[in-house]
Amino acid sequence: MENSLLEVQGLKTYFFTEAGVVKAVDDATFDVRSKETIGLVGESGSGKTVTALSALRIIPRPGRIVAGSIKFEGTDVLAKSEDEMRQLRGPKMAMVFQDPSSSLNPVYTVERQLSDILMLHRKLTKKEASQRAEYLLELVGIQDPETRLKAYPHELSGGMKQRIAIARALSCEPTLLFADEPTTNLDVTVQAQVLELMKKLQRDLGMSMVMITHDMGIIADMTERVTIMYAGRVMEATETKTIFHEPRHPYTEALLAAVPRVDQRRILEVIPGNIPNLIEPPSGCVFHPRCKYARRICMDNVPPLEETGRGHTVACIRWKEVSLKGV
Amino acid sequence: MIMPEPLLEVQSLVKHFDVVQRGILRRTKTGIVHAVDGIDFHINHMETLALVGESGCGKTTAAKVVLYLEDPTGGEVKFDGIDVFHTFRTGDTATRLKLRRSMQMVFQNPYASLDPRMTIYDIISEAFLVHKHVPKEKWKDRVYEVLRMVNLEEYHAERYPHEFSGGQRQRISIARALAVEPSFIICDEPVSSLDVSIRAQILNLLADLQKQHGISYLYISHDLSSVRQISHRVAVMYLGQIVEHANTDDLFTKRLHPYTQALVAAVPIPDVDKKTMRIILPGEVPSPINPPGGCRFHPRCPYATEVCKQREPKLEEYQKGHFAACHYATKFI
Repeated sequence: MENSLLEVQGLKTYFFTEAGVVKAVDDATFDVRSKETIGLVGESGSGKTVTALSALRIIPRPGRIVAGSIKFEGTDVLAKSEDEMRQLRGPKMAMVFQDPSSSLNPVYTVERQLSDILMLHRKLTKKEASQRAEYLLELVGIQDPETRLKAYPHELSGGMKQRIAIARALSCEPTLLFADEPTTNLDVTVQAQVLELMKKLQRDLGMSMVMITHDMGIIADMTERVTIMYAGRVMEATETKTIFHEPRHPYTEALLAAVPRVDQRRILEVIPGNIPNLIEPPSGCVFHPRCKYARRICMDNVPPLEETGRGHTVACIRWKEVSLKGV
Repeated sequence: MIMPEPLLEVQSLVKHFDVVQRGILRRTKTGIVHAVDGIDFHINHMETLALVGESGCGKTTAAKVVLYLEDPTGGEVKFDGIDVFHTFRTGDTATRLKLRRSMQMVFQNPYASLDPRMTIYDIISEAFLVHKHVPKEKWKDRVYEVLRMVNLEEYHAERYPHEFSGGQRQRISIARALAVEPSFIICDEPVSSLDVSIRAQILNLLADLQKQHGISYLYISHDLSSVRQISHRVAVMYLGQIVEHANTDDLFTKRLHPYTQALVAAVPIPDVDKKTMRIILPGEVPSPINPPGGCRFHPRCPYATEVCKQREPKLEEYQKGHFAACHYATKFI
């Protein structure tokens, strides 16, 4: 695809555990264009986080990328040396993690955590780095940045820690930011602040963003395109508007019908069963045991990710036969 | 018309915690956490009241005090006409157990609230051991019965908690609560640690159990979408106090308190055609150790005036059954 900043093709990332091979990401394909925000939607175990970790090549042991290609700005990420990767992480691609309490280092001050990166990548002096750190705190809306720089993470509230994690990710002005459930651990009013901040920063800095979340509300609000994952596979990908109006995968439809809404009370349609075990995923389509449209054919065949319309891909054998409801 | 007695009546409930500095020889009290600061509410038979608020607003503490799991600082709780605090303080074991049987709790995290070394059978039948309301030969039948009530199977009884998913574990917690046939269950964020596709299962289950067995709930949550779905009435808490209280639909459509307005507006709606109009509140929830004077919300309130800094607003009824604690509530009607 043209103009793609990040292109992920057929990515497979497996974890080789004692209990067996966990197929955390099993054939994921998507792309991120310049200056856009895409959503990566999924529940726990859907592989959305591991996909982001794979792009940055920071998969923890015993995980390994076993197949696929990842291209960033046209270059092959998987062919890079560890040194080259280090040049990429930070200035080019950065990530904000879900839990700021565990992603910030508890024994260093905020200043040290921010200026270390700047001194390494931007070759700033200590003094320049700490000035820049102060500017970054202002950028993410932290009041009284001078005192906050001297603080340790435990002295800060959850919302403030997440702002600092965002400031750190933005410190080298990355072209692509992965935000992994950045607001899940925050209170609603603080979530509103952080989402608004991320929207503004994305616009002002002209970066691309991958918003990883399970919250369809955040998807509707923040993203232009969306990729829906389930049990390590991509189920559907298209423009956000289309996902809500004309979903073509039964999982997307089920997900939309199962979430409560703050603006109305309605009958919630339950998705039966549980999220599958990734060591022995269901045969055929991974969603078939929970899918109300499933037939024999779904058990036996793995559905390919098909292009069903302009920029709309779906992995469902029966997509032509079923008619689905959006919101 | 005779108004039916509410099942649960909470009046001027207060819970303060001392902040203590531990020295070598003595402990000095350095402050007080105003966790719950004078709240009133009631729950009718077969009704669900949601207690809503952000972390630190005192909603969980309030629930624990209602069940006398925390010692109250002040106030009164009546359950079915019985004075709860009085019973637990002075009553004999039999009356206390009787009260415990009617009031149960389901906790937020089903990974922490089930003992990993007990089978599901042991977890559920432990209640029979304590309350002795089921003869030993009926234990098995009763365990199977409550498992079926939460849509689990009989063979699950012999398994251990680690063999279950989060949603199933939450069903087990609910089954455990049901084992003593309670008329009232406090659910503390029962779905917030679950995956989205599983939340609807639990919300629907709670609603079905209410219809079939006439159970009342106090539903504690910060997730307003699930609150809208499950509750009949909603009380919004901020820094230990109730700031607004109304029927669910009224509360979500005619928000009289600026905090409720911001809280509801902050929730992203899963619909591309509904643009979220966020009201961004400045700052964060202040510490309950030194809550702001006047209206506790005034430092973050977009409408605050001099009056709000000086005078604490009372919770007043503005429309039938719709209470708010704001000097300017009439402005929003």
